[in-house]
Amino acid sequence: MQSYSTRLFLLAPATVWFAAMLVLPLIVVFVFSFGERAAAGGYVPALTLAQYANLPARFTAFKNTMTLAPLGTLAALIVAYPLAYFLAVRASPKWRTILLVMVIVPFWTSILIRTYAWIFILGGRGIPNLLDMIGIEGVRLINTPLAVLVGIIYGYLPLMVFPIYVSLEKLDKRLLEASADLGARPWRSFLQVTLPLSLPGMATGCMLVFILLMGEFLIPAMLGGGKVFFVGNALVDLFLQSRNWAYGSAVATTLVVVMLVTVTLYMRLMSRGANQRDDVGIF
Amino acid sequence: MSKNDTPITRQKFIEELLRYKRGSISRRHFLGVTGLGTATAVMAAAMPGLRPRPAFAGEIGDRVVLATWPNYHDESNFEAFTKATGASVQVNVFGSNEEMLAKLQAGGSGWDVFVPTNYTITTYVGEDLIEPLDTSKLPNYKADAFEPRFSDAGTVGGKLYAVPKNWGTTGYVVNTKHTKGKALTTWKEFWDITKTDFSGRTMVHDYQLTTIGNALKYFGYSFNSVKENELADAEKLLLEVKPHLFAINSDYQPSLRNGDAWMSMCWTGDGKQLNNDMPEMAYVLGTEGGEIWSDYYAVPKSAPHRDAAYALIDFMLDPAVNAKEVKAHGYPVADSRTNALLPKELLEDPILYPAKELLDALEFGAAATLTDPNRAELLARFKAA
Repeated sequence: MQSYSTRLFLLAPATVWFAAMLVLPLIVVFVFSFGERAAAGGYVPALTLAQYANLPARFTAFKNTMTLAPLGTLAALIVAYPLAYFLAVRASPKWRTILLVMVIVPFWTSILIRTYAWIFILGGRGIPNLLDMIGIEGVRLINTPLAVLVGIIYGYLPLMVFPIYVSLEKLDKRLLEASADLGARPWRSFLQVTLPLSLPGMATGCMLVFILLMGEFLIPAMLGGGKVFFVGNALVDLFLQSRNWAYGSAVATTLVVVMLVTVTLYMRLMSRGANQRDDVGIF
Repeated sequence: MSKNDTPITRQKFIEELLRYKRGSISRRHFLGVTGLGTATAVMAAAMPGLRPRPAFAGEIGDRVVLATWPNYHDESNFEAFTKATGASVQVNVFGSNEEMLAKLQAGGSGWDVFVPTNYTITTYVGEDLIEPLDTSKLPNYKADAFEPRFSDAGTVGGKLYAVPKNWGTTGYVVNTKHTKGKALTTWKEFWDITKTDFSGRTMVHDYQLTTIGNALKYFGYSFNSVKENELADAEKLLLEVKPHLFAINSDYQPSLRNGDAWMSMCWTGDGKQLNNDMPEMAYVLGTEGGEIWSDYYAVPKSAPHRDAAYALIDFMLDPAVNAKEVKAHGYPVADSRTNALLPKELLEDPILYPAKELLDALEFGAAATLTDPNRAELLARFKAA
């Protein structure tokens, strides 16, 4: 057993890092959110709630984020699950490694460049052009919410695939055999054995994707043409264009609070679900 | 949609490809999106293979970081500079003066040279972000060679803070294949046609000065207005038009070239570059007025490679180099020595040198617009709407 001081010593680097890189900046943002914009932009100290009172001016950004983030998470889950299932259960071990690498390889390229490629795929000379050739005219994809959703699914897919893959991969195959022995058809075995057991992977994947999506600004800006606006884009604008640090801080603080509340609710829901399953397991 | 595009010839394709190569993907993209210029610099530095390798590390160091505007230089001049001095030029591209100011205010930009527009310089001086230039390090700068109306904004309180790069106008470019033979001439038509025939095809700058300014022009107000009721009118128009826009982005050439967009707010040189390659692209100055501007080279106080900064500015002011720049980007210069080297047809080009009555209606941007909180918030609100 380590002594108290050794433990303290070993924890110190992480604690200092945590304080300096997370807690301190958050405090700064919180304090700034009660300030005012300096004459030429920036921040001057003040004690006012004016910035928070002005929050409705960014209502659409919050609405877009709170719609497209859950929607994108769900869409990524729907696309990722069959893929992860195939990789973990169906693919032969020889192919599995190759296919897994193929999921990862695109991540070696910057997300900017990959998203830029989507501008061409969704632009007038891409998919709409092909549709035009087979007689479907006037389809517009780029700079629409749909384009943003496609970009989100593409960009976040690996983050969703891997946790699900891991939970499916370590799934005890004997449980499926038992299920079959007891007369369950494959579909029923999937619904009652595989799916519940992969729930932790799905929960982790959803959390990873959802939290990152809440702060997303790149994909909406690139594939939404500056028209599909997330809170992330509002923040970029407030700090890098209109230089209203106080208002930007208020928006950022609000986003953090919204995120905390959402994630807490989500975790509550998940742990309750897990408890219920345990109950079922016992009886 | 594809019907509207003539099939691309092989030569055209190669030309376009080269154009995309010239403006690197990450730069364009970043400009379009966020203006996180420093990140581009970090990326470029993180990919040594992409960085032009200096032949030798000279006395001025191995690099100089330039913050500038899209499609605004001749790459071969940078290569020549690197060859001559050993310093490679890292370029960050920005779409608005606000982004540049925000970066410098936040600190740690890493820029050595940047390109502010006339009306912003007093603010940079007031905020103590730029320093007076040492003209002894700029032998190619001859004050009397420049036309005063395009060079006087560089002097603040009797001190020279910035030297002229180019001047130009802000109009709009329209693909006349889609106008049914009608010639557009006003800002009113620009906004009205966007709501009707051009719905989903128009781009506006991600830049408060021009996007708000030209919306103000719809009502005949001053381009520089900071009056609340006039800004409220402009906001109403912008919000009404927003669902009909193709995009809000200051890097509009790619979308206009591939046919996704048909019309965009546009600066002189972009208009010239587009018109050179696609004669159906017409550059229009609204008869109501709009912006005339002059850009400058300046050195931030925080410049890490000060010697390289002066070397680069001096190199660019060399009339022969400057003439090459003009031929590449199509923005006029106010430097009589450079103009003496330019072909006559360029000096008489109606895009570079619009008719007097069109020019007379234009206004230089006013310093107040850069710092006015209402204009800044108006554009942010318009984008977030």
